[in-house]
Amino acid sequence: MLWITCPTCGERPVNEFRFGGELPHVPDRITDPEQRNLDWVWMQDNVDGLTTERWFHAAGCRRWLTLRRNTSTDRVVG
Amino acid sequence: MNEFVETLLDLTWHQPKKSYDVVIIGAGGHGLATAWNLAVKHGITNVAVLEASYIGSGNSGRNTTIIRANYGIPESVRFYQRSVDLYRSLEDETGCSIIHSTKGLLWLAHTESGMRAERARALMNQACGAETVMITPEEAQELCPQLDLTGGGRYPVLGASYHPGGATARHDRVVWAYAQGAMRLGVHVIPHTPVTGLLRDGARVVGVQTHAGPISAGVVLSAVGGRVTTVAAMADLRLPIRTHPLQALVTNAYAQGFGPIVASSELLCYVSQTGRGQMLMGAEFDSQPSYSMASSYEFLQTVSTKVTHLLPFLRDLRILRQWAGICDISPDYSPIMGFTGIDGLLITTGWGTWGFKAIPAGGEAMAELIATGKVPQLIASFGLWRFAADHAMADQGSAGTR
Repeated sequence: MLWITCPTCGERPVNEFRFGGELPHVPDRITDPEQRNLDWVWMQDNVDGLTTERWFHAAGCRRWLTLRRNTSTDRVVG
Repeated sequence: MNEFVETLLDLTWHQPKKSYDVVIIGAGGHGLATAWNLAVKHGITNVAVLEASYIGSGNSGRNTTIIRANYGIPESVRFYQRSVDLYRSLEDETGCSIIHSTKGLLWLAHTESGMRAERARALMNQACGAETVMITPEEAQELCPQLDLTGGGRYPVLGASYHPGGATARHDRVVWAYAQGAMRLGVHVIPHTPVTGLLRDGARVVGVQTHAGPISAGVVLSAVGGRVTTVAAMADLRLPIRTHPLQALVTNAYAQGFGPIVASSELLCYVSQTGRGQMLMGAEFDSQPSYSMASSYEFLQTVSTKVTHLLPFLRDLRILRQWAGICDISPDYSPIMGFTGIDGLLITTGWGTWGFKAIPAGGEAMAELIATGKVPQLIASFGLWRFAADHAMADQGSAGTR
């Protein structure tokens, strides 16, 4: 199982947290403002590898945190 | 697939040619069903289906084999009902046994709000051509005598929606049936040939790059499950897809018959019996996106807690096997099918945890789209354009997994 280190509560199991999505990242090659908005709202990098994402410690301190995770192995890397 | 199985099937493996009219990436259910429909219904046989591993190695061979049409929005009900109907005649059409069995599906409700949701679902289904009726707890118990109506004291069964068309079929046999049917008509199915890039001519996609060399194509269809984002990125296409793992398990054989498929949308779990008597069950997909197919103890714990509330006899069985697949979850829990905005590249994705039941209708619709160049009415609402047009097809409650 995935364990997440919360800055307030320490290392806690993933089921205490709510996944808040990857940090939105719109590629520079998209220049049209409408297209940038569309991408920001809907599109995902969904990488197979390192990603930066937001988590909410719902059953703990109820604060948001940002972490790096490897989606290939489902492990937090720092 | 092992060598023994290969001897049972009438499969002819081909070396890739330099060029095809249609190249389909992904020889799972959707890719092969599209190829079969192209060959059988449209006479297009200059088709290659490329597969990175063996055929049906992705989610087509990892799902829990449930076929149903009791969805929550009209477009979905019509689409999945078409699939339920096509599954019924698939054995006759392909001449292959897929061990199809119509069992009926019980969708239990444990709260007043759950009952309201099931009533709404039943009415919506009836209005759109799928048979779903509300039944009392006693009627539910008649259909499934093993059911504990008190729900272990915690999840009392207040009623259920019953979908008599609910069925199961052997998943890998569905894949083989389509592969065999398509190969007989001259379609090339090429396993162990991953696509490493897409060939471009200006903005247009004109073929695929593989380790066996480039293959040019009139049309490229991505029917990839799990790693669709990687394929889309080869064409600089951005998708609203997150890849989440979904786990499932089977127990040892249960000596008695277990009639229907039992699901609960409030507990988010589903149970059915396989042809071998084993009890097959699953629950929600993992909350965080991941490409890891690792199985977890927590999944066993969660799903066992849920299902033993409703079906106490499961406590006496042993878990034989658990596995995971990686699913493309779309933001509105509906599939994404059709044009991509890039010439020469079509897509069928967003099959999340509901792709198996859609294989015949999805293949039929995508084949019609490729053959005619027009989006069939049945899937018109499911295009990628819908996100830009603010026309999301939200149907989370019917996904049954979250």
